Amino acid sequence: MARLKVPVATSDHVLGANSAAVTLVEYGDYQCPHCAAAQLPVKQILLRYGGRIRLVFRHFPLTEVHPMAGLAAETAEFAGGYGRFWNMHDAIFANQPRLSTHLLVTLVSALELSPRAFHEELASGIHARKVHADFLGGVRSGVNGTPTFFINGVRHDGGYSAPELGASVDNAMLTIAT
Amino acid sequence: MSTILRAGARAPGFKLHVTPDQVLLLDEIQGKRIVLAFYPADWSPVCGDQMALYNQVLPEFRSRGAEIFGISVDGAWCHQAFAQARHLHFPLLADFEPKGEVARAYGAYRASEGVCERALFVIDEKRAITWSYCSPIAVNPGADGILDALDAMPKTGE
Repeated sequence: MARLKVPVATSDHVLGANSAAVTLVEYGDYQCPHCAAAQLPVKQILLRYGGRIRLVFRHFPLTEVHPMAGLAAETAEFAGGYGRFWNMHDAIFANQPRLSTHLLVTLVSALELSPRAFHEELASGIHARKVHADFLGGVRSGVNGTPTFFINGVRHDGGYSAPELGASVDNAMLTIAT
Repeated sequence: MSTILRAGARAPGFKLHVTPDQVLLLDEIQGKRIVLAFYPADWSPVCGDQMALYNQVLPEFRSRGAEIFGISVDGAWCHQAFAQARHLHFPLLADFEPKGEVARAYGAYRASEGVCERALFVIDEKRAITWSYCSPIAVNPGADGILDALDAMPKTGE
């Protein structure tokens, strides 16, 4: 049973309350069609369990097959520095079929972030290092493709439909109760 | 599931096509640790993910003094097309003729389907297997086990 080797930390992007009973960690790639398809079920799960669940998103870009995935992840990290990680995250997935450098710059502007700061921060490599650290942590935890989910630290080996994710979340809730 | 060779066993030698006009001998690879990743077939979705992952993790293998080789019963031309389509930066070995001979030597051949198991071997500089793992055929075994095995070996040059 694969387990999450890198605990959730302050450097992570967290959606939901830190007091939530269940933590859903997703390793994803912004150019992966399955990750885009997983957006809806993940949101359904967050709604269904309300304050009892929180989502953490970590980057796992397979840049050899998805050449825009690395830059997209860095763009989300950049937005995260200004408190807009999840806005950018959703915007990138929503626009996945036309992902390009130009589109990412457009999204930066659309979120009223500075394109100049964007270029400077990209050039500094700070976001690339964070993305790579996420990737390596994922590899060590047994992430073997995207999306890969961990529910309270245990890899979810089923599909990413809401019923399948929900069943794993229910199990995690039961484990806590016992 | 086959019974694969375990840690401590000597890695069986091989002489396999690595490109349509190039042959690789295990004994030719000097002073390197070797990761052999047997997989059932080029193009099948899970294998694609597995090889794409190893492609991405390549710097981590190399920084640990290891070279990785994918190996299946597909022919060298098939491997070439697959590697080009997936931008793979590591070699794929063709266990094609006699079919599956090397996989059989490692205990990693599925005679019922005529393909390799999804089996991983880490081999040290002296050709001893230091770690092996056979994954359920439909499950991508990832790279964590390989990296843990490489990290557990003495530092290269010692």
